[in-house]
Amino acid sequence: MDYTDTELMVVKAAEQLQDGDSVLVGIGVPNLAANLAKRTHAPDLRMIYESGTIDSNPSSLPLSIGDPVLASGAASLESLHGGFNYYLQAGRIDAGFLGGAQIDKHGNINSTVIGDYDDPDVRLPGSGGACEIASNVERTIITTPHQRQRFPEEVDFITSPGFIDGEGARERHGLREGGPVAVITDMAVMGFEDCEMVVESLHPGVEREDVQEKTGWDIAFADDVTETEPPTEAELRLIREELDPDGVYL
Amino acid sequence: MSKTTTMKQAVSAAVDDGDSIYLAGFTHLIPFAAGHEIIRQGYTGLEVARATPDLIYDQLIAAGCVSKVTFSWAGNPGVGSLHAFRRAAEDGVPNEIELEEYTHFGMTTRVYAGAVDLPFVPLKTFAGSDLPAHNDNIRPVESPFSDEEVYAVPPLKPDVAVVRGQRADEDGNVHLWGIPGEHKEAALAADTVVLSVEEIVDESVIRSDPNRTLVTADDVDHVVEEPYGSHPSYAQGYYDRDNDAYLNWDDVSRTHEDTQAWLDEWVYGVENRAEYIRKLSSDRLLDLQAGNAYSTAVNMGEN
Repeated sequence: MDYTDTELMVVKAAEQLQDGDSVLVGIGVPNLAANLAKRTHAPDLRMIYESGTIDSNPSSLPLSIGDPVLASGAASLESLHGGFNYYLQAGRIDAGFLGGAQIDKHGNINSTVIGDYDDPDVRLPGSGGACEIASNVERTIITTPHQRQRFPEEVDFITSPGFIDGEGARERHGLREGGPVAVITDMAVMGFEDCEMVVESLHPGVEREDVQEKTGWDIAFADDVTETEPPTEAELRLIREELDPDGVYL
Repeated sequence: MSKTTTMKQAVSAAVDDGDSIYLAGFTHLIPFAAGHEIIRQGYTGLEVARATPDLIYDQLIAAGCVSKVTFSWAGNPGVGSLHAFRRAAEDGVPNEIELEEYTHFGMTTRVYAGAVDLPFVPLKTFAGSDLPAHNDNIRPVESPFSDEEVYAVPPLKPDVAVVRGQRADEDGNVHLWGIPGEHKEAALAADTVVLSVEEIVDESVIRSDPNRTLVTADDVDHVVEEPYGSHPSYAQGYYDRDNDAYLNWDDVSRTHEDTQAWLDEWVYGVENRAEYIRKLSSDRLLDLQAGNAYSTAVNMGEN
């Protein structure tokens, strides 16, 4: 069965979630991934959105983080400050999804500016809640298209800290343990070893050289790089028929 | 004491050139009607603040009302960039704007500090990020009780906050349900509060369910009944987000000229929100109507 790059990313991102996790979800691929996980292997996943909706059960695809489908039927609605304060800062959230314009080999993310901060080439939206998600959850999962300009050796601006400059840096900065555990692109699934990104599996048809060409540093490959398992028919049916029937994100 | 008035009068009484303004709301109950009235009245030099300066701030910037934006995420939610914001930040069109940047938690903590009148509030965020290096209002502090170091932010106390709710009594006791955003903190932090609601109701309705009250009359200066005052954003239980309007803004705001033409038609070209609503087709509004899903009644008891 044919599938799109996005569908494969959704399925791989869903696999990163465990039953019983509390997860900070975003719109787009993360939302589809979390909802897929909840309908498959993680029925007791608690989905929390930046807008303060706690344990959302959206009946249809949310188009923004404040979509009423995230509020109706949630277990609780927190103020914006309350969600970040009581849930994120206090360490009540296990996993969170992040994306960004640039990601470096230590999993630091830039969503602030390309170029100089005071005279930017491109002014990006900014952190939103990304910095505190990266700082306070146990595991962050990054989803992004795999393009060379998105994977520079060093980001222009650290909006959301990953492992900063390597081993021991999170601890030195007083951050919670944790940090990124997976970077899922349209080419590969990557993890982290010694706080540095490592390719763990290549999507069907993708070669090592393809990934290297689209990455701005000499990227490491795990000893046992595998081929990414494609989505199952059941997963594709759930995504296409129930989660995103109009194909908004696919 | 009734504080009901029109949006025109409320904005005129509350806002002055150069004021700091907080139009509250996180994607839900955004005070579009108030923002449009501010544009119509032609204020300049406004220092606007909100975690998510979305379309209404983009419109204020395009209209030349704004000299500074304090924020944590500037985008068109679920759609993409804010083009007028970017034109001002990158190219100084129609005027240069100063930016003061936080994260969502940093920003809402500032408003919280303003609401509770503390000189600073510590928070666990910013460590390891480049934000503190570019914002003098994010400073490290050592715990007085341990050797832990965290960052702190100062209070944000806007001159004027506009907050929305679904319903209020004439005095300004207000009910909000759905996503609460930071309406409460903004109302309690500001000097002057303009409250805009879908409906004015009898005081007994508010007092029948005090758990749902956002802020009380004491903290509200002007009360405006403004049906569809949040269009094109949503008001839980009243109307859904008009997503076409958000997509359309992405097109029209790509050039300064098109943006001005849009403002001419939809802001300067109408007298008030009622005229704006009449200008939208009734079919379009009917499409946005929320279905009914009532919460179960709560027994508050009686002695």
